[in-house]
Amino acid sequence: MGNNPAKVKTVYYFGTCLVDMAYPKAGMAGIKLLQREGVEVIFPQEQGCCGQPAYNSGFRQEAKDVAWKQVQVFSGNNYPIIVPSGSCAGMMKYHYLELFKDDPEYYEVKKFCDRVHELTSYLNNELKAQYTDKGSPVKLTWHSSCHARREMGCTDDSKALIRQLKNVELVEIEREHECCGFGGTFSIKQPEISAAMVHDKVEDIKNTGTKKFLTGDCGCMMNITGHMGKEKVAIEGQHIAEFILERING
Amino acid sequence: MASNAKFNFKKSITDALADKQLRANFKFATDTLRGKRLAVFSDPEETMHLRKVGNGLKRNVLTKLPQLLEQLEAKCKENGIIVHWAETVDEANNIVLDLMEKHSAHKMVKGKSMVSEEMHLNKFLEDQGKLPLETDLGEYIIQLNNEPPSHIIVPAVHKNRKQIAQIFADNIPGVSYTEDTSELLAIARHKLREHYRTADIGLSGVNFAIAESGTLCLVENEGNGRMCTAVPPVHVALMGLEKVVEKLEDIPPLYRLLCGSATGQRITTYFNMIKGPRKAGEKDGPKEVHLIILDNGRSKILADKQLRQTLQCIRCGTCLNHCPVYTRIGGHAYGSTYPGPIGEILMPQVEGLDKKGSLPTASSLCNACEEVCPVMIPIPNLIRRLRDESYDMDGEGVVKGHGFKKSLVETIVWKGWKLTQVNATCNKLMLLGVQLFGNMLPKVGPLKAWTSVRTSPKFARQSLKDLAKKEGIRNE
Ligand code: SF4
Repeated sequence: MGNNPAKVKTVYYFGTCLVDMAYPKAGMAGIKLLQREGVEVIFPQEQGCCGQPAYNSGFRQEAKDVAWKQVQVFSGNNYPIIVPSGSCAGMMKYHYLELFKDDPEYYEVKKFCDRVHELTSYLNNELKAQYTDKGSPVKLTWHSSCHARREMGCTDDSKALIRQLKNVELVEIEREHECCGFGGTFSIKQPEISAAMVHDKVEDIKNTGTKKFLTGDCGCMMNITGHMGKEKVAIEGQHIAEFILERING
Repeated sequence: MASNAKFNFKKSITDALADKQLRANFKFATDTLRGKRLAVFSDPEETMHLRKVGNGLKRNVLTKLPQLLEQLEAKCKENGIIVHWAETVDEANNIVLDLMEKHSAHKMVKGKSMVSEEMHLNKFLEDQGKLPLETDLGEYIIQLNNEPPSHIIVPAVHKNRKQIAQIFADNIPGVSYTEDTSELLAIARHKLREHYRTADIGLSGVNFAIAESGTLCLVENEGNGRMCTAVPPVHVALMGLEKVVEKLEDIPPLYRLLCGSATGQRITTYFNMIKGPRKAGEKDGPKEVHLIILDNGRSKILADKQLRQTLQCIRCGTCLNHCPVYTRIGGHAYGSTYPGPIGEILMPQVEGLDKKGSLPTASSLCNACEEVCPVMIPIPNLIRRLRDESYDMDGEGVVKGHGFKKSLVETIVWKGWKLTQVNATCNKLMLLGVQLFGNMLPKVGPLKAWTSVRTSPKFARQSLKDLAKKEGIRNE
């Protein structure tokens, strides 16, 4: 990939297993946003999960096998690999290196990792996407996943894209830095602590006075909207890609 | 007491979460501490540079720890400090007791020392009929209330002013209830001064021990550390063996990192450098200074290249303040000397996974601890490592009690999961199953835990793979 984004014609898309199963519309929106910038998108049907659930749960070998599978699936060409999730992108960009650090495959894995980008940062930085808002005025807030913020460092890119939409007022949430309590299997292994965390996150979202929050990670979204559903909080959650696509299509 | 074999993490979590006052106290305290830290580390680039320096210094120490400790011992001896080595906490406790007996000592004044907490020294000495008295204000408060510390820097962080007022009124004879902070301080000061004057022996921790000069450095704000180390005729210093640093020049960056991370200060009110007992002609200082260097599993940790990073810790406590789990359950819930992220990685290594292996489950791996740790310990990676060892999948665990969690069910579940992710046919079948039955799953097992506070996840009728195919997205 050169420095001139205009030259980038083709990218791979890694949809993530959660998007595949539960939020396919968000995944598709990401593809359309890329296509809109004149990029050809390849979506390998053989892709699976990034391996993070096993990696974080103490099942390293399983995580490694799954990671290796992804490396192979995306090895046909050196195209960038775009991921509509900060968390899965972080896993693929940084933790695959950790998984393979003592193995002969390390260099092949490293080449793969270097090609991984989070969707919004790719749209904002590499493709310099420009959006014209066709929607009616709306106030919303933004939830940043921990890995989008601390690993991929793409929170500002996501917000920059939202701020391009002139009828959208972005209200910052208090304690944006704090985890929503999902953490993959953490929410199952430590359900009570996770519950306390998601409860506080929902309170902070409520306190923004908005009726909608956006996020770049469907894991967080499933957690937060799940708790809102249970508590009968009438706030909607949406993946940023789906939201932007709606706004620019009017 | 802080650490015991019958530790039930689940129960202590439930209890802690149910205590609304506790959660409010922690939220307030950790918000304040985080704000203070951010104020002194306001320049991200400078902070990163400093952290890299700190990381380098501590890594360097760990690569040559045995030589540095030998050098420290030799230099201390030259300075007239008597050095003792303790492999276990029992040995360390007995060294302290022997010293007390030798000097016919009954009363000991203590400055803050996490190593003494690790040794459960107070209980040990009390059982021997001795009187150990904490003098750090926070430690003093919780000792009055017969509790272990809840934080490694702010031991009474879990108490608010009203609760402290009540503890004073209930436990100090002749003191009536007052919420006036300066009055409370005056009461403590008055009581403590009496103790410094009459104690037979003083004990302190060590923040840094300088190998090249045999100097013990003690960082504190209240002056109680100076009192404990200077007034009584005998001073005993306790340190974990990782506290040694190479040179005097190593101190400024580490000191700055410690103060900034712990309390958001540029420097502390007191910085004591102790180089030996009172010399002939000097008017104050103890007549004898002893240094006890404790191993308690540390040299085993050192032997593993990845785990040894745990020993870089300078005990600043900032990972606690930034941890969303610690902030909600508080220090006592961990049932361990060291709570929070550092406790999650240190305690299982020291006491074994069979005893403390549940601690590393209390992390969402949000990376907040790693983001702030002044010496850049990769805490989330070490948590993952300990989780791996809990299942001991490849049989190579080095931590005591590895494999304690091994379960056939989990093994099968993850093997099955793997198959659905690496085999296209299995993946298709899995997606089909999710589409057909995903929304009808009975709420048992993981789904029960999930749905206790959330509605069930909704699975889509068509997967992204289906949509992509329909839209004619190129497949490769
Ligand atoms: S692990 Fe790092 S942040 Fe936590 S107490 Fe130790 S030095 Fe401080």
